[in-house]
Amino acid sequence: MSEAWNNDQIAAFIARDIPDGAYVNLGIGRPEAVANHIPADKEIILQSENGLLGMGGVASDNERDMELVNAGKKPITMLPGGAFFHHADSFAMIRGGHLDVCVLGGFQVAANGDVANWSTGEPDAIPAVGGAMDLGVGAKQIFVLMTHTTKEGEPKLVKEISYPATARGACTRVYTDLAVLAVADGTFIVEDMVDGMTLEELQKRTAAPLKAQ
Amino acid sequence: MIDKRVSSLTEAVADVKDGSTVLVSGFGGAGSPIDLLHALLDQGASGLTLVSNNAGNGHIGMAALIEAGRVAKILCSFPRSAQSQVFTEAYRAGEIKLEVVPQGTLAERIRCGGAGIPAFYTPTSGGTPLEEGKEIREFDGQRCVLEPAIKADIALVKAKAADRWGNLVYYKSARNFGPIMCTAAKCAIVQVREYVELGDLDPEHIVTPGIYVDRAVLVENPIDEEKMLKAGEHRKPK
Repeated sequence: MSEAWNNDQIAAFIARDIPDGAYVNLGIGRPEAVANHIPADKEIILQSENGLLGMGGVASDNERDMELVNAGKKPITMLPGGAFFHHADSFAMIRGGHLDVCVLGGFQVAANGDVANWSTGEPDAIPAVGGAMDLGVGAKQIFVLMTHTTKEGEPKLVKEISYPATARGACTRVYTDLAVLAVADGTFIVEDMVDGMTLEELQKRTAAPLKAQ
Repeated sequence: MIDKRVSSLTEAVADVKDGSTVLVSGFGGAGSPIDLLHALLDQGASGLTLVSNNAGNGHIGMAALIEAGRVAKILCSFPRSAQSQVFTEAYRAGEIKLEVVPQGTLAERIRCGGAGIPAFYTPTSGGTPLEEGKEIREFDGQRCVLEPAIKADIALVKAKAADRWGNLVYYKSARNFGPIMCTAAKCAIVQVREYVELGDLDPEHIVTPGIYVDRAVLVENPIDEEKMLKAGEHRKPK
């Protein structure tokens, strides 16, 4: 097997697959990298759940304003045409089905589209959900960007999630460091794999049946 | 004559009672009314229920109130951050109760509190551990959860400018929870960087109409959360 894709490579695949003109929310952490890979010939409008649409890139040191931040609380910039709105409007936008795509990080995705990304369920963990459950039910499509397995090698694509759910039946596509998969009719369909990977090898790292495209 | 401007932070929070429910604007540091929170710390009210997106950073603002033992409970969507140790320790010690609410549900509960809607159904959190103990009903085949409105005694909000009627405009992403929090509290107290004359704010651009605002107080140079965190400031009651 050749090398796994790094996060920037995965993010570039996602940016490639988001259609021109889409309204998109990027989750905190790994998905934020998608913003850096949007092709110049596409106009994609980024929404940030703390109340802005038309988000630009990360702010440079002299643009830095801590009252203009993204969902990860990092200072950012706005594009010409961008808009600010309050939290209830922002989540009406999210929950009302107005976003085309949301890219979330993930702990687990099940073959039926269930997503777990907010809690490991450990008894001493501080529960913190943010906007993930709202995005999970509200966006037209949920893409999950995550590693294919945990650090310990446990599969993160599973038959049934064992971590607490974020949203049920929500995920439509999964982008991992080893493969690109569609989630349809209760199955993971492999669309792409890292060079040198076989379906059989990928199946060994996946706890749900895979189907070739 | 209507004049909602008060002369000091101390006066603005003077009558906050023990056991009050307090809405606190802000998303992390953006829009956090830290000057008002410190005035409340000095005022001394305790047994508070705070409603905010986060649970405070470092040893300032909400974290300073928690550290001083003033907060009985917090409703928020995301209590974890790189510098939320004060909340974490109080929570693990059983000194503070936590209700985790999905961010959109939190915003809508506050909006409904201000709009006279006692509760609403939403698919958010359906089929997850956060639906536990809540009434469930299906709409269009979707599992929905009944969520109650949030109404509060006090809102502490940061905005950009106010006129004497309490009309408000906000600044960039610091707007976040401010407008809905002003609507859902019996007494909405707003710190602003600037006072303007009636008529200076274009009616087309006013974000919060003055009817929702009870008190405005001028804080021309508000506390910068990031600077205070970097300086390791520990704010104690005065």
